[in-house]
Amino acid sequence: MEFLRPADWQEALAAKAEHPAAVPIAGGTDVMVELNFDHRRPGHLLDLNRVAELHEWEVGEEYVRLGASVPYARIIERLRAELPGLALAAHTVGSPQIRNRGSVGGNLGAASPAGDSHPPLLAAGAEVEAESVRGTRRIPVEDFYTGVKRNALADDELIKWVHVRKATGPQQFAKIGTRNAMVIALCGFAVALHPEDRTVQAAVGSAAPTPFRAYAAEEFVTAALADAGLWDSGAPLPESLLRRFGELCSGACNPIDDVRGSARYRRHAVGVMARRTLGWVWDAHRGAHSDDEGGAQCA
Amino acid sequence: MRVTFTVNGRRHEADDVWEGESLLYVLRERMGLPGSKNACEQGECGSCTVRLDGLPVCACLVAAGQVEGRDVVTVEGLADYAARREERAGNAEFAGSNANDPASGAGSGASAADEQRWTPKGAGPGSGTRLAPVQQAFIDAGAVQCGFCTPGLLVAADELIERNARPSDADIREALSGNLCRCTGYEKILDAVRLAAARADSGPAGSAEPEEAR
Repeated sequence: MEFLRPADWQEALAAKAEHPAAVPIAGGTDVMVELNFDHRRPGHLLDLNRVAELHEWEVGEEYVRLGASVPYARIIERLRAELPGLALAAHTVGSPQIRNRGSVGGNLGAASPAGDSHPPLLAAGAEVEAESVRGTRRIPVEDFYTGVKRNALADDELIKWVHVRKATGPQQFAKIGTRNAMVIALCGFAVALHPEDRTVQAAVGSAAPTPFRAYAAEEFVTAALADAGLWDSGAPLPESLLRRFGELCSGACNPIDDVRGSARYRRHAVGVMARRTLGWVWDAHRGAHSDDEGGAQCA
Repeated sequence: MRVTFTVNGRRHEADDVWEGESLLYVLRERMGLPGSKNACEQGECGSCTVRLDGLPVCACLVAAGQVEGRDVVTVEGLADYAARREERAGNAEFAGSNANDPASGAGSGASAADEQRWTPKGAGPGSGTRLAPVQQAFIDAGAVQCGFCTPGLLVAADELIERNARPSDADIREALSGNLCRCTGYEKILDAVRLAAARADSGPAGSAEPEEAR
């Protein structure tokens, strides 16, 4: 095995072009587990720790440009206002030790259907900026996940930035697991209100081969809010609307039975999370946010 | 490959490091610092927690090559680290009370020989040994049973108190949420962290019980 230590981004791209099978390692929270357990023995490890810009972020007009290696702990501390859904999800990743190392770039690179970053990125709206010596391209996050632990990156590409749309309304994230820390999501859910264009985006994790947006549920609730004039009236959401939204999110799932839980449970839990989180964001939007239905922060 | 980095204030070099090796393996097997424990090797248990450039991380998930030129603190260096922190805070008196050996004080760090010789000797628990306040609090609160999780908990708890002098129970639970203990049921560990925080908060002497702090 060879340990490649590029000093900057150009060197990293050159190394990846020269060794397309090299495994990029940033925080190491996924890659090192595979090495420790001998599940993977790559010819080359490509250490990205010295590439400074991957640890940086920039808040723009409409988007946050997030460096691929920015650890979850920084997102929680520094980007809670701009990226509330992602910050909530980041807070449920692993433990403090993991959040000091793990990053959204790593989540995208691993492309596990259970990655906690994926639902909030899908709900907020995001593009992955990948680069190689051949050039740069921006991939809508919806197109990034291509299968279980598979993504749209070419062999010579590295993730540089994730462009995430800044929140213009409330966002929520919920996740099912056996405790509040060190839990791989049994299933996860994110919802974002976009008051400026009066739409709702919703996304599900760990309940299909890839994370996905619940388009039918989004269209239903976006239309229902408009038809009933709820954006203008600011009235509470009817229970029937919340229930139907939950059913549509459940129905969009294509889960499996595995060690963490059954497909049936996942489908049910996604419906419950969808109903509750939509209620929370709408209440927050109305300025009458109540904590009646839990909403406890995960450790 | 060769990896050179700072451990507990002192420059260390390790040769013939395998490229896929973890920082934990280098510390334990190549540098003779077995304080950081090897249990799950997947970041679940926190028993290998060390400070990497100040941040608590699982040493089992850091590739050895990634620490080149960086700064690591392990439980073996925790007493020195805490003492130096107090000195930096201009609290020489407190640092003195925790550093029986003034020669190894400011900036120099523990020597490798010191680290490897570390053993809790003396008449009673902790006596005759230089301890970080959080270590003394773990002894005083009875927060150590089999002791396997203790080094990781000490490093995590020390970092919590460093950045949050008056942690709430929720703060403590969150800070220690990545450290598993299978013996104590955590209650005495929480007691120990509360005790360490109360002592640190009660002044430079660092010896006041929580009651006396009021």
